[in-house]
Order: sequence, then structure tokens, then C-alpha cells
Amino acid sequence: MSISHLLDDYQMVRDEERCIKCQVCARQCANNVHWYDEESDKMNSDGGSCVACQRCVTLCPTDALSVRRRPTSFRTNANWTAEVQTAIVKQAETGGVLLSGMGTDQPHPIYWDKILLNASQVTNPSIDPLREPMELRTYLGRKPDRLEIDFSAYTPTVTTRIDAQLKLEVPILFSAMSYGSISYNACLSLARASRDSGTFYNTGEGGLHKDFYEYGPNTIVQVASGRFGVTPEYLRQAAAIEIKIGQGAKPGIGGHLPGEKVNRAISETRMIPEGSDAISPAPHHDIYSIEDLRQLIYALKEATAYTKPVGVKISAVHNVAAIASGSVRAGADIVAIDGIRGGTGAAPTVIRDNVGIPIELALAAVDSRLREEGIRNQASIVVAGGIRNSADITKAIALGADAVYIGTSALIAMGCHVCQKCYTGRCNWGIATQDPDLVRRLNPEIGTRRLKNLLRAWSLEIKEMMGAMGVNAIESLRGNRAHLRGVGLSDTELNILGILPAGS
Amino acid sequence: MKRIYAKEEVCIGCRLCEVHCIVQHSHSRNIIKAFRDELDRPSPRLFVEEGDALSFAVQCRHCDDAPCVAACMTGAMQKDEKTGAVTHDADRCVGCWMCVMVCPAGAIRRGTTGDKIASKCDLCGGESEPVCVARCPNEALVYEDRGE
Repeated sequence: MSISHLLDDYQMVRDEERCIKCQVCARQCANNVHWYDEESDKMNSDGGSCVACQRCVTLCPTDALSVRRRPTSFRTNANWTAEVQTAIVKQAETGGVLLSGMGTDQPHPIYWDKILLNASQVTNPSIDPLREPMELRTYLGRKPDRLEIDFSAYTPTVTTRIDAQLKLEVPILFSAMSYGSISYNACLSLARASRDSGTFYNTGEGGLHKDFYEYGPNTIVQVASGRFGVTPEYLRQAAAIEIKIGQGAKPGIGGHLPGEKVNRAISETRMIPEGSDAISPAPHHDIYSIEDLRQLIYALKEATAYTKPVGVKISAVHNVAAIASGSVRAGADIVAIDGIRGGTGAAPTVIRDNVGIPIELALAAVDSRLREEGIRNQASIVVAGGIRNSADITKAIALGADAVYIGTSALIAMGCHVCQKCYTGRCNWGIATQDPDLVRRLNPEIGTRRLKNLLRAWSLEIKEMMGAMGVNAIESLRGNRAHLRGVGLSDTELNILGILPAGS
Repeated sequence: MKRIYAKEEVCIGCRLCEVHCIVQHSHSRNIIKAFRDELDRPSPRLFVEEGDALSFAVQCRHCDDAPCVAACMTGAMQKDEKTGAVTHDADRCVGCWMCVMVCPAGAIRRGTTGDKIASKCDLCGGESEPVCVARCPNEALVYEDRGE
């Protein structure tokens, strides 16, 4: 057998002065990087299988460990970088499609960082959110074109029928992540944090485990191309339904949960045989047009007696504005758009890194288009794909979003270190795995607490930013692009974003 | 009384409870010194039991009717009426190991510090929270009064 040309990515550095040979690292590494050799009474490490997930580093009681990139230097070459060469070598050795987990790691422009927020000075007083009430409550769903109000009685009443709405205490929802792609404990943490924080999580295309029925009022259930786990009961449990057309990390690509992850509980939830691959086709085989999409939207509305909003999730692609407009006209109450930086449990790397457009441009294009067509009120816009902090959220809302989905940020809050190895099922943090030994590592009580903390912290920060702008309700910020200015952007980009350059 | 309880559904078998127990009962209470320099490093006073994809830490249950107290011929093992803790007086212990024999939880072991005395959980002697509970990375140990 010929030798592999692949070099190890990482190297474990152990401070021998601090190591106490407690073997916690060896017990915690699912990739068997560390081991104790009794004969020499020494801890050993093999960096070759290290994925830099930082589990051992975090748990080492004496801070004796650190992970480093292997210092071997490839000859400097702007074209043939170490990454490019490594990818070629992997494919030359395996003949396979390269897979990755999480969102793209390529340096696509992050427009949030080139958009700056406004603040009040002198002529328009800012507001202190610690002293005055600030409103973050958000309703997602179709809003009526006009309101009929009956003034005949002493107390006027709205007579227009208002369609079903989702009530959010914070404009942040947890993205679609299926039970299967993530663990039971991760799903439970998301569900509980949603309930406690007054928001929603999304089942992804994984069905709804019966244990999670109690969180139904905070659950958005997904109907995707594989229709896994979709039953009348599933729809009834939910607060809202989302038809998944696309995902930012892999637009145009279906899903594949390997059979090894389909254990008894997942097989029951997805309604497929134990151990069989769960393959979601790339398209919905019954949707080839906006009219077909309308049929599914209304089939779901009929099935739930028009009591729940039905949304459509699409990836941000070149003609996203037209697709969003069509979806709204087809009856979608919520349009979720997932940008190129969106995450995934597994995607072909080449798709993840090259297909789609940044969410900022897609959001601006969709919001502008729906306004121009006079149908912006007919659907809420939720954006996803690499939302990293409260500033991104505030900018997204000012750019026209009603709320944001967070996936990767939520996972990081629970322990994820973005090692991008979700597809291996060996997640050392108990998130992207079904191995009971690993799942236990995510204590759902801790997971819930950390997610709630994140939502709370971001809410406080959003209120601070709103207060600085002199805005006391998120409704007043929504789509208010006058609060945004661009730096270092071309005229075309500013045009698409619909914002002025800083200084004007 | 307040007791330490294990939540086996979230125990990750890392054994950091044992590590911190050792440090707590070392001379220096400094983790690196305790492990690398102290020659008479104590043995842990709780033990992580592992088997078929399950693990949890076992330590003295501080039984109400403690067999070790009844079996102790020198009176080294005592039930503290006030706190409810089963205490062990090293000065009185002669190392007969009767307590080890009768302990239903297997939570008493021979000490390894060389002076031939029994070693068991002392609830960290009045700390507000025993170190194993405080330092468990996954909150798989709790210290609470369940009215038992």
C-alpha cells in the first residue's frame, strides 16, 4: 500500500510541567487523540486525528493542553495554498466528494461589518433602556392590508380578521436543526430555552419526538422534501409550519442522514426503518412551480384549519427576490431566507463554499421587492445564515427583517467549537452525535441555561442600540434603513442594500 | 440532611470529581503540587463507577443507621448528630477495615497515604458545597436535601 500524502492538520501541545496524568483528556476525546501508556507512565497524544474541538483543552484541570496548527510550512504560494493542496490530495486518495459541517469557512464578505448604526445626538434624544420601557415583542405572520374598526360601541373594536401570528418576546428564533443531525439533549435544550424565553425553535426535517410535544406551543415544524415524520399529529402539535425549499449552506441540494445515526428513537420520529439512510431529495417532487408551492401551503393550512402561520424557507440565491415574492403570493405567511454563510450538519464542501449569496444583499433585495409590489405586509421575513451577535440582528431588522434565525450561534452557546466535523457523528460536545456516551455530555439543564443567557444578553444589547438610536420599539426600527450607513462599499452594493454611505 | 447525589444521565465519566477530591484533601490544595510533588498524595474519597455506557460517582451516603459506625471498634466512625454526616477520626482509626467490609455502598477504602487509615467522603468538612459537586463540569453531582 502506498503512503498517504495527507499531513496532520493539528498538533497537541502538552505542558509536561503542568500535566498531572489524570487522563481526563484521554477519557473525553472521541477521536482517541490522547492515551495513557502505563509502561512509561506517560500521557501521549496523536494530533493526526485531532479536529481542534477544544474539548480536552476545556476540561484539562491544569490547563496543560493546547491545540496548534501543525507548524509545517507549505512553500508559500498564493494560488496553491495548503488548503487547496490538501483538498486535492484528499480527493486523489479517496475519489470522493469532500464533505463539511457548519457554515462556510471561506472569507466571503460580511456586509454586517460594513454597515454602521446611527445614534441620537442633541436634536433627537436617546433613550436609556434601563429607565424606560423598550419593546422587543414581535409578531410573525400575515398582516392585513387594512384594518376595519368599529367605532359604534364605547370601546372601538377591530373587526378585520387577523391571521394567525407567532408572538415572540425577542426577535430571535432557533434555526431548523433536526433530531438526528443534533442530539436529543441539544433539541431539548433548544425547546426549553424557547419556551422560557418566549420564542420558537424549529424541528428541521427530523420529525417531532413525542417527548417534545409539551413544547409544541414553541415549536415550528418543518415539512421538507423527504416528508420525514410529517403526520396530522405533528402539524397539530406545532405553533407554525415551515416548508423547507432550501438551506443556505447547500442551496439546491437535499439532505442525507446516514443510517448509522438512525437509531430506534430517530427511526420512530422520522418514521423510517432503523438503520436506513434518511435521504431528502433535492427538490420537493410535488413542487415545480409557484402554483405547486401554493397547493402545499394551502394543503397545510387546510390540515390545520388556518390556525397556524405557514412559512416557506428558501436559500439566498441569485433570484431570491422573485422567489420570495412568488412565495408570498402563493400564501406564505413567513418567508425565511438562509444566506450563504448558513450552517449545516453535512454538505458537499464545494457547494457550501460556492453556492448562494450573502444574506444581507438577499434581505435587502427581498424587502425592497416586496415593498415595491405592495405585499410586504402579507408575510414576515426571517433571515438566517451566520448571524453572530446582537449588532447583526439590529442591522438585519433595520434592513427589513422581522426576526432572525440563529443556528450556529445557538450551538456555540451549548458548547460547539465549530470544528466542522458534524457529519462524523463523533461530536465531543454531545451536540451533533447520537452516541449515548457523547450525548450525555450535553446536560440539557446547562444547555437551556446557556441559550437563555445568550438570548437575554442579546436582548439587552439590542435595547441599548435601539435606545441610542432614540427608538423605543423594535417596530420603529424594522425596515428603517435611514438608521444604517455603509462603509467601504461600492455604489452598487449601497444601492442594493438601499443605504447611504457613511458621511452622507 | 444534605447529601451528594449523582445524576447518571449526565455523568460523562471524566473523573474530574476524583481529581478535585484528591486536591481538596492534599496538603497544599494546589492541583499541580498535589499531583506532582506531594509524595503522600491521598486517594480520592469518591469513585466513578463505569459500566455498559453508564457512569456515576459513588461516595459515602452518610447513612442514618450507618453500619460502619456500628462496626467500628475504636469509635473512629461517628455519626454527627447535628449535621448528620458520618465522620471519621483518623487518630482513632487502627486500620482494621471492618468499615470497608460493612459499607453497603463500597464507599470506604484503604487510604493510600501510608498511615493505614480508612478513607471516606467527609463532605469537604463544612464547605458550602463539596468540591466534587462544585467542580463537576456537567453538573452531574448535586448537593441537596431530598428529605431522606
